[in-house]
Amino acid sequence: MELILLLGASVSVIAILLITLFIFVKGMPLIAKVGIGSFIFNLDWSPTRNSFGIGTMLLGTCSLTLVSLIWSVPLGVSAAVFMAEIASKRVGDFLGRMIELLAGIPSVVYGFFGLIVIVPFIREQLGGNGLSLLAGAIVLGIMVLPTIINISRDAIIAVPLDYKTGSLALGATHYQTIGRVILPAARSGIITAVVLGMGRAVGETMAVVMVTGNSTIIPDSLLSPMRTMTSSIVLEMGYAAGDHQAALFATGVVLFVFIVILNLGVNIAIKAGARNAG
Amino acid sequence: MQGKWQEKIWNGMFWLSGIIITLILAVIIIYIIYRGFSSVNFNFIFSAPSRAGKAGGISTTIIGTLYLTAVALLIAVPIGVATAIYLEQYARRSSRLAYLINLTNDTLAGVPSILFGLFGFVFFVIFLNMGWSVLSGGMTLALMILPTITRTAQEAVKSVPDEYLENSLALGAGRWISIKRVILPSALPGIITGIILSMGRAVGETAAVILTAGSSLNMPMSLTDPARSMSVHLYILATEGLSLERAFGTAFLIIIFILIINYLANLSLRSWSRQT
Repeated sequence: MELILLLGASVSVIAILLITLFIFVKGMPLIAKVGIGSFIFNLDWSPTRNSFGIGTMLLGTCSLTLVSLIWSVPLGVSAAVFMAEIASKRVGDFLGRMIELLAGIPSVVYGFFGLIVIVPFIREQLGGNGLSLLAGAIVLGIMVLPTIINISRDAIIAVPLDYKTGSLALGATHYQTIGRVILPAARSGIITAVVLGMGRAVGETMAVVMVTGNSTIIPDSLLSPMRTMTSSIVLEMGYAAGDHQAALFATGVVLFVFIVILNLGVNIAIKAGARNAG
Repeated sequence: MQGKWQEKIWNGMFWLSGIIITLILAVIIIYIIYRGFSSVNFNFIFSAPSRAGKAGGISTTIIGTLYLTAVALLIAVPIGVATAIYLEQYARRSSRLAYLINLTNDTLAGVPSILFGLFGFVFFVIFLNMGWSVLSGGMTLALMILPTITRTAQEAVKSVPDEYLENSLALGAGRWISIKRVILPSALPGIITGIILSMGRAVGETAAVILTAGSSLNMPMSLTDPARSMSVHLYILATEGLSLERAFGTAFLIIIFILIINYLANLSLRSWSRQT
C-alpha cells in the first residue's frame, strides 16, 4: 500500500519535471537560433517576417506589474494593518470574507468587468481608446490585493505581543507603535507579500489580454496600449506553427525564469525574516 | 492637540482602505448580477449556442465546464489524498523525499496558468496525441488543482488526533485498515473543503483550458471530444463582440457559481473546525 501512496505522492514531482522539460525543449532551440540577447532585447515581433523579439512584451510585463503594484501595495498593506490592529473581530472577519471572495472571482470575469466598465470610462474621461496600460494596472491591482493583504496580515499578526505592549508602555500611541514597531517587525512578511503579488501579476493572462489592447509597442504613457508576454502566448498559440510556435514557447521559458527568480526572492525574504526573529 | 488630529487622520485612512476594498468587490459583483440577471432564463441555460454564440443559449459550455471539472477532480482527488496520507502517515517528517514533495507542491501552486496551458498543449494535446479534448483539458486542470487538494487533505489528516490511530492499532487493526476506517472518515470534511475550493479554480480557469480543450461549441459527448468551458465562452463572446447580452448572462452564471462555492467552502470549513 505504501508503494501506491508513494506513487501518488511522486506525481507532483514528476509533473514539475515534465513541465520544465517540455517547455524548455520546445522553446530553447529558437532562443539558441535567434540568440538570447536578440530574443530578449529586440523590439520587433513580426512572426510573418521571422523576426522574433520579445523586448516590447518584456517591457510591457514589467511596466504593467510596476504600475499595478504602485497602488495596490499601499492599499493592501493599509487594509492588512486595519484588519490586524484596528478593526473589531466582527469587522475584521467580514473583511476577511470579502477578500476571500475577491480572490475567488475568476480572472476572465475581472477582464470582462474591465472591458465593459473601466476601458470605456478611460476612453471617455481621459482620452485614447481606453485599452491601455492604465486599464490593465487597475484590473491587475485589484487581482493581486488578496495576495498582498492575506500575507501581510499574517505577518502583522505574527509580531510578538511584547513588542507592542513594550512600545505602548513606553508611552507611544497606538499609531506610533504601528508605524515604528509593528510594521518594521513585519517587514520581511510584507516583502514576501509584495513579491508573491508580483509573481501573480507577471503570470496573469486573461484579465490583461482583455483590457490592454495588445499592440507590440513600448507603452509611452499610461494611456498607451501594450502587450505582456502572457498575452502574446494566449493570443497567438491558436494559429502559430513552426518557428512562430517555438517563439511562443520561448516566451514561456522567459516567463518561467521570471517566476523562478521571484520564488527565490520569496525564499530569501522568508529566511531573512526567520533570522530577524531569531 | 496636534497628536490627536494625527491619530484621527491615521484612523480614518485605515478605515478608508477597508471600505475601498469592500466597495470594489461590491461594485463588481452587483454590476454583473444587475446586468446579467435579465439575460438568464430557462432557454439560456438549456439550449445550445448557435451562430458562433451570437444566438441561442450556452448549454454546451455549461456541460463542457462540468465535464472538465469532473475529469480534473476524478484525477486530482485520489492523487492529492494519497500524497497527503503518504506525507502525514508514512514518510518521516524530516526525510528528504517529504521535503522534496512539499517543495514541488508549493512550486506547482505558484506556476502561472498560462504555463500549465503551454505544457498541456505540448504534452497532452501533441506528445500524447490526445488532441484538444476534455481529457487533455481535464488532466491539465488536475495538475493545477493538485496543490490545493493535497494541502487541504494534509491539514485534515494532520488534525486527526494521534490517539485515534493508536487505539485502532492497539485493537489489532492493520495500519492501512486503520487509515481507511479511522483517519480518512475523520479527515473527510477537510478533504471536501479542498475539493470545493478547487472546483472554483477549475470553473474559472480560462488560459489553460483554451490551449488544451479547444473552443468547440459542439456538445462534448466523449472524453476525446473538444469542449468549450463557460469562462472560455465569456472570453470569446466579450473580445470578439459577438453578443454582449450573452456575455453578461455567462458572467452572471459564473459569479453565482463562485458565490455558491464560497458559501459552501465556508460552511464546510466551519463544520470542520467545530469538529476538531
